[in-house]
Amino acid sequence: MAGLKQQVNQAGHTVTPPLWLLAELTYKCPLQCPYCSNPVEIAAHKNELSTDDWIRVMREARKMGSAQIGFSGGEPLIRQDLEELIAEARQLGFYSNLITSGVGMDEARIKAFKKAGLDHIQISFQASNEELNNFLGGTKTFEHKLEMARLVKKYEYPMVLNIVIHRQNIDQMTDILDMVVSLDADYVELASTQYYGWSLHNIDQLLPTRDQLERAEKIAHEYQDRYKDKMKIIYVVPDYFEGRPKKCMNGWGNIFLTIAPDGVALPCHSARQLPGMDLPSVNDFSIEQIWNGSNDFNKFRGMDWMKEPCRSCDEKEVDLGGCRCQAYMMTGDATNTDPICTKSSEHQALLDDVARIETNALNHVEEKPLIFRNMKNSKKHLDSLTKSE
Amino acid sequence: MSDVISLESIPTISPMFRLQWEEVQDAFVILYPEGMVKLSQSAGETLKRVDGAASVGDIINDLEAQFEGADLKDDVLQLLEVSKENGWIKTTS
Repeated sequence: MAGLKQQVNQAGHTVTPPLWLLAELTYKCPLQCPYCSNPVEIAAHKNELSTDDWIRVMREARKMGSAQIGFSGGEPLIRQDLEELIAEARQLGFYSNLITSGVGMDEARIKAFKKAGLDHIQISFQASNEELNNFLGGTKTFEHKLEMARLVKKYEYPMVLNIVIHRQNIDQMTDILDMVVSLDADYVELASTQYYGWSLHNIDQLLPTRDQLERAEKIAHEYQDRYKDKMKIIYVVPDYFEGRPKKCMNGWGNIFLTIAPDGVALPCHSARQLPGMDLPSVNDFSIEQIWNGSNDFNKFRGMDWMKEPCRSCDEKEVDLGGCRCQAYMMTGDATNTDPICTKSSEHQALLDDVARIETNALNHVEEKPLIFRNMKNSKKHLDSLTKSE
Repeated sequence: MSDVISLESIPTISPMFRLQWEEVQDAFVILYPEGMVKLSQSAGETLKRVDGAASVGDIINDLEAQFEGADLKDDVLQLLEVSKENGWIKTTS
C-alpha cells in the first residue's frame, strides 16, 4: 500500500502495523459451542490480565497503528470492566467491536456501551430456531439473543450477526437468512467452521457434505443478491472443498495481533498449539517488542520459511502457503504446505478423511458424541495429555 | 440508478461509518465493523469537510480556495457519489 509507513526489522522483514487488535478478555463463557475457536486447553490458562494491563496494551497497540479493536473471549461481557475498556478504546481513537453471544447483556449495558463510545456489536447465533440454537450452545439463549439483537438496532449500532455454519445447521440456510433479514442486520457473517481445537475433535459431526454445501451456497447467493442494498452477507465456505488454501490471517504478523486472556500475544488465535513458539506475554514485553522483534511474529513473515512445493510455486504470494496451524495439525510440520492445497503431498489423505466423514454422515453413523466446549471437558483433555506422556 | 447530488444538498457521514485521521497511515480512513478503507489525499480532504452543515457547493468552494486555481467541481461530485454508493455519506435532496 502506497504511503503506508513500513519499517524493516532486525530479522530483515518489512513490518506493517498491527491494524487489528483482538482482545480476548476471558476464556470464561456461558455457552459451550462444540466448534469454539478457543484452545481446547482453556482450563490451563485461567489467569486474566487486569484492567490496567489491558489499558496499557491498548495504548501501545494504538501507538503502533492498531485501528480496530475486537473485544472478544470467551464471553467478553463477563468482564465487569468492559465499559471502562470501551471508553479507553474510544478515547484512544480505536474503532471498537464487541464480539459477543449476547448472554450477559441487557438494555442498561447496551446503553452504557453506547455512552462509552462502542462502535459496533456483533452477536452470534448458533441456529435459527430455539431448539438447535440452545442445543449447540449448551444453554437456553435463543430468545434472549433475539431480544438483544433488536436492542442493538434500537440503539443505532451497526449490527453484525454471525452464524457459524456446519453440518448440523447448514440445511437451515433459508431460515437463518430469513431470521437475519427480520432482525435488520447490517452485516451477516456465515462463517463455515474451521477445524482446529474443539471443532477438530468434533469434525465428524460438523463437516458438511458436498451436497449440503452446494445447496447452502446457492441459497446464500440468492439472498446476497436480493438484499444487496440492505445488508452485506459474507459466506466463507470451508476450505476443505476448495483445492487451494486460504491466505491465513492475511499473512502471519501482517495485520492481526491477538492478545489471549492471560496476556500471551499470538499471530492468530489458534497459534498457541504450534511447537517451538516462545509465546511472549504482554506482562514481560511491550507490543512494539512483540510485534517487531519476537521470534513468534517473525517465524512465518515473508516467504523465506517456505519449503517445496510452496517455495517454487507461482501462487505463493496469493495464499502464502495457507494456514500454519492446519499444516502442523495434518502433517506434523508447520512449515509444510497446507494440505488443503492439491499440490500438497498430504492432500490425498485429507480427501480420504473427508470421504470417510461424508460416508458416515450419509449413513448416519455416529462414531463418537459431540464434545462441548467447557472447563470440564478441557480438564479431561488436559488429564489425557498428562497420562499419555 | 441516477444518484445525482446537487450543489445545495448537505452531506453527512453515515452513522454506520467513522471518518478519522490515522497518523500511522498518514491518511484519512473510513472505519466500519471489522474493516477500514484508506482514503487518497483528495478524498480525505473532501470528506473531512463533510460535517452535516456545509453544502456540496460550500465544500467545493472551500476546496477550490485551498487549492488555488483548481476546478474541482466534477471531481468532488464524483467522489461524493461514490461515497454515497458505498454508504459512507447520506445527503439531503
